[in-house]
Amino acid sequence: MATDLRTRRPAAPPWWFTVPALLLFAFVVLVPSARGVYYAFTDWDGLDPDLAFIGLDNFTAMAGDPDALQAIRHTLVIAVTITVVQNGLGLLLALGVTTAIKSRNLLRVLLFAPAVVAQIVTAYLWRNLLGPDGAVNSLLAGLGLDSWRQNWLGDPDLALWMVVLVVVWQYAGYSMVIFVAGLQSIPQEIHEAAAIDGTGPVRRFWSVTRPLLAPAITINVMLSVIGGLKLFDQVYGMTGGGPGHATDTISTLIYKDAFTLGEFGYSIALAVVLTAVVAVVSAGQYAVLDRNEKATT
Amino acid sequence: MNRYTRRTLALEMLMIAVAAVFAFPVYVLVNLAFRAPSDTSSPIALTRSPTLSNFTQAWQEGGLGGALINSIVVTTVSVLIVLAVSSLAAYPLARSTARWSRGTFLLIMLGLILPFQLAALPLYQTVRDLGLLGSVWSLVLFYSGLQVPFTTFLYVGFLRALPRDFEEAATIDGCGPLTAFRYVILPMLKPVTVTALVLNAVSVWNDFFTPLLYLSGSDQQTMPVAVAGFVGQFVADWNLIFAALLISIVPVLAVYLALQRSIIDGFAGGLKG
Repeated sequence: MATDLRTRRPAAPPWWFTVPALLLFAFVVLVPSARGVYYAFTDWDGLDPDLAFIGLDNFTAMAGDPDALQAIRHTLVIAVTITVVQNGLGLLLALGVTTAIKSRNLLRVLLFAPAVVAQIVTAYLWRNLLGPDGAVNSLLAGLGLDSWRQNWLGDPDLALWMVVLVVVWQYAGYSMVIFVAGLQSIPQEIHEAAAIDGTGPVRRFWSVTRPLLAPAITINVMLSVIGGLKLFDQVYGMTGGGPGHATDTISTLIYKDAFTLGEFGYSIALAVVLTAVVAVVSAGQYAVLDRNEKATT
Repeated sequence: MNRYTRRTLALEMLMIAVAAVFAFPVYVLVNLAFRAPSDTSSPIALTRSPTLSNFTQAWQEGGLGGALINSIVVTTVSVLIVLAVSSLAAYPLARSTARWSRGTFLLIMLGLILPFQLAALPLYQTVRDLGLLGSVWSLVLFYSGLQVPFTTFLYVGFLRALPRDFEEAATIDGCGPLTAFRYVILPMLKPVTVTALVLNAVSVWNDFFTPLLYLSGSDQQTMPVAVAGFVGQFVADWNLIFAALLISIVPVLAVYLALQRSIIDGFAGGLKG
């Protein structure tokens, strides 16, 4: 506890230190977001300053709009699949590069590299690779798998999964790096003790490593879920939301409705839905993961 | 675990094979960027007579030089601003237990879950009315505000774990709060500043959505929108497009390879925040 000398604790730093950050935050995020929520209940067209309050009209229109409902479904499917596949693969890679293999450092640098490149750039790269005459089909032909060749991005049943594939390709190394940091924080003695007790490698992973990885799992799941829910660049660059609306997400629909159709009010209502989804999912997830973390550590 | 057994060798082969699959797109990217458009052989066959003409044409016609300078300016200035204002704000937010402090912290943390898509359209209207559409300085302003929540979160987490003894000693020695911040707190924040610098610089440099909205149709571009404009202009001329993509990647990869340790640690560092 505090000694006598410490009872004369100096005053806390002044409140005005927060002012520059607060002003920037309020101007760029807080005020426009609040205005956005308000506009979602009006007939805002982006130009006319005279707004008419129309209640829930934008949202009831959305409930009857198959394109919007489809985009919401795509967004959720993308977020869930990315989270499972990217983190599953990232964990396997992390377990691989924390062994005694000689190439482990090189592999870490190489596998993480795509994560520093712009998403729009990887999207254009893969748009070509997955094209009818692209490298993926050439590779399949070269391997004698001609029948596997597909119009990957032109087939509405495949295109969405290709978007997921590209995100996983780009960010599996990112998940890996966070898992590696988590794995390295586990003391070697714990593994050795479990090994001496005769525990097999699978059991050892499940009962010893996994619970101690809880913080890394939390961070990784949060990052991939929120990234997946907001996904825009990859879809814009690879398919533009097509074919038809087969790969549209909430974010691409927001962009199209506002900037190609000029429907600002409807677009901002979609943004409110996106915000609600992100808020609900992250709160729910935080509650679950936090409980697991507390239960296991 | 530390011995190199036959099983380790098998694992090593497997991991290298996986890495080769990951690297395959990059091979095709480089391969096609050096290939003349007249060469129509398979994209996976090694280009026989490599040429630099795609690069010179992409550089001249894509406005990539100007975009590169804009990206450097926007990233440098906005990251410096966001680090300065966020570290300063984090100091009282981490130290004070007053109600205003907790309230302000929660308000800023609200920004972590608000997607930019919500603020983007009203902000578009404001920026248009102010006549700032198409200016890179509007981007600097946006990033300086957008990155505040995450950066403040990192700084507050780090500061809370830091002992108060040094700043208390400085205050007892007669330092004002600003001097104590500048000469006592700031030097101790170096590890978290590296993390915040890396994460902010990568996300600002690579951001596409913001400049797509606010710079469209202007002659001021950042690298990602310049590349997108280039793809729109040379629709199916993929050798040329790949050269442009490669030009946009090289500066980032060069920095990444030079500073790989700090960068990878920076990304993993969010874990300790």
